[in-house]
Formats: sequence, structure tokens, C-alpha cells
Amino acid sequence: MSTKEVTDSSFAEEVLAADKPIMVDFWAPWCGPCRAVSPILDKIAEENADKIGIVKINVDDNPETAMKYGITSIPAMFVFQGGEVVKRIIGAKPKPALEADLVDFIG
Amino acid sequence: MRQLIIIGSGPAGLTAGIYAARANLEPLIVASSVEFGGELMNTTEVENFPGFPEGIMGPELMARMQQQAERFGAEVVYDDAVSLELDGDVKRVTLGDGTVHEAPALVYATGSAYRKLGLPDEDRLSGFGISWCATCDGAFFRTQEIAVVGGGDSALEEATFLTRFADKVYIVHRRDAFRASAVMQQRAFNDPKIEVIWNAEVTGILGAERLSGIELTDTVDGSSRVLDVTGLFIAIGADPRTHLVHGQLEITPAGTIAVEGRSSRTSLPGVFAAGDVVDPSYKQAVTAAASGTVAALDAEAYLAELHDRAAAQATAETASAQPA
Repeated sequence: MSTKEVTDSSFAEEVLAADKPIMVDFWAPWCGPCRAVSPILDKIAEENADKIGIVKINVDDNPETAMKYGITSIPAMFVFQGGEVVKRIIGAKPKPALEADLVDFIG
Repeated sequence: MRQLIIIGSGPAGLTAGIYAARANLEPLIVASSVEFGGELMNTTEVENFPGFPEGIMGPELMARMQQQAERFGAEVVYDDAVSLELDGDVKRVTLGDGTVHEAPALVYATGSAYRKLGLPDEDRLSGFGISWCATCDGAFFRTQEIAVVGGGDSALEEATFLTRFADKVYIVHRRDAFRASAVMQQRAFNDPKIEVIWNAEVTGILGAERLSGIELTDTVDGSSRVLDVTGLFIAIGADPRTHLVHGQLEITPAGTIAVEGRSSRTSLPGVFAAGDVVDPSYKQAVTAAASGTVAALDAEAYLAELHDRAAAQATAETASAQPA
């Protein structure tokens, strides 16, 4: 299963209005570490589907959202809850390290 | 049976994989989960790897090395080594997912990790104006004024690359000359968007939510001033990644793994080291690849000797078991 893509226009509905926490992976095709971390996020999403949603947004095609949240470094993985950013993770990390960062959500 | 485990998948690890696979050692390459391919995955054009007169993209070069290793039977696993047991006849590697792999010989080629400035706000503003990867993050700094700190090839390459996006790129260097190659220096000096600030050290990082400037201190007269930049790319070198072998392998005063002469033999039999983790001076893709070759050949010789010794012992035992 691969992680769902959201866009500038679907962001409000799919992320900000979601019932459960949603982690947004800000990525771009030219970013090597983004490609490296992507399958790990797919796996975390699959294993914790009941607790957290994970979606990705291409910052090249959707500059508005990236700018709104002040993204200057990718991959950036922000967790949204109730329309607010509640956790910011920067940079590709191994699965156990990401799981530790997300412990409040997937514990 | 698996004869060799290689930790690392940069030019050293993958070249060791090519040689070891061709020697039928059935190597397992522990490639890491998010850093496979090593440092070259974050570079653009590689212009000094022999055989590519037009240049080749870093990630493309690494993909080709991996294909070459796999073609001869090397197995690649995308996980991180989290602990190593190196002192016995069998080397044991535990991966992030808990699986354990064993082999009589091991090549350690984990490269190096980016050096930090060591300033209080560096971690806090990482990802919020401070970056370690120009190719990943350059595009977020369109029409802005930014700085690169460092004086080697990577600093100058990053600065030149960043002029595609930024209006102005300062290179902050603590000496009055660069270590970078002449061709990289010329390219930077000729670029109208680049301005070099010599003899200056970054001594402070400013900004609440995002980077707004850096404090520079002149290394000659000690005066300091603030440079207003919204981006800071840190390229001040890298330190050998030896944390997995601390207390197991001998380390040199430079922080690299100690090896015997020009070989890759470490302080433990059956453990070989290659690439930037043993190299305090050259740190090139091609020297790392060469060093990976040395490690694979040393491992092959070691395994052949083990094999001969076991065979001789078996013969001796058979002889002594004969009735007198």
C-alpha cells in the first residue's frame, strides 16, 4: 500500500478536518532522502492505520501549503491534529527513530 | 554459506561488494535504511570519477555500483546495523528489525557523518533555515540571501549549486584560502552571485521560529557582526562514523579506524575497514572505491587462510586417529 497524495486544494479537507492525527510528508522527486524515507512511512502507515493517517504532498506541485507551513528542508514530516501542527520531524530517519518520534500518536 | 558481511553502501562498501561477489564470498551488504548509497546520494554532478568524461549524477553512479555488485550475487538489505560482535571467529551483526546475520569476515565501511558547528541554536533551527543538503533544500531559498559555511569541495559545490535559486550566496570561511580543487574555486570566484567572506567564523545563530541571520566573528581581529541571511548551509567536513565499533576496534588519534599499513586489516582478525571511515585525508569517491577493493581482497585472503588451516587440521586429526 502506498501513501496517499494530497494537494493544495485537498489539504484542508484531508488533513485539517481529519478526525485522527495525520502526518504529512513534505517531499519532492529531486530529494534523495525523501525517496529513501518514503517506503518506511508506507510501512508505519500500514502498521498503525487505526491510530494515524499518513499522507504525502509534493512541494514542487503544491508550493502554497509548503510555504504556509514554512518548509525549508525536506523531507519534513508534520503531524496535524485538529487543524494544528502538533509535531515536526525533519530529515530522513530509520524506522525505529521515526517510531520513537511518533510515540505520542502510535505508542 | 555467507562468507562476508559488508556494513555500508557508499563507494567503499559497494566496490567491496563487487569484488567479494566475484570471489564467490556471497556478501551481504547492509546498506542502511535511509542513507543507502552514502554521501554521493546528496550530490548532483560527479565530474571526477574516471570513466565518465561527461560527468554522472551521484545517485546514478551509486545505483550503477549497486547493480554491478548485485549482478555477481551480492545481497543488499535496506536496514541499519545497530550492534556488532566482532571479537570471535564468527562476526555477528544485529539489524534494526532485530534480525541477526553471521559470517567469518566483515568489512566496515560506514563513511562519515556531517560535522556540526556546535552552536546552541543549531539543532533548534535545523530544517527552519539551517540545512545540510543543498540539493534537497536549495529550491526553498529562491530569491533569498543565504550563506554556506566551509572551504572544501562540498562547500564550493553547494554554493555554486545554490546560485540557481538564491539571489546572493555568501561563502563564510575561517581561513584566507580554500582547500577546494582549483576548478571548483574558479567556478565560485567567477560567479557574480557569490561573495566570499574570508577569515570569519560563524559564532551565533539568530532567529526565533526561523533563521534570520548569523553572527560572524573575524578570526584576525576578533570583531563580530551580524549577516542577515535566511538560509545557512553547513559544509564544514565530516567525522568518521565509528560509534558501532568503539571499544572493539583500535581508533587513531584522527578518529579513523586504525588499519595495518596500506592494508584494510583492523586490530581484530577477520575485520576489515574501508572508505572514509579509515581515511583522514583524501575522502574521494574513487579513493573510497579503491579502499573497498583492498578490503575485499584482504578478506578473501583471510578466508582462504582460514580454509587452508581448517583443512590442514582435519588432515592432521585423520592421521592421528589412525591405529599405530
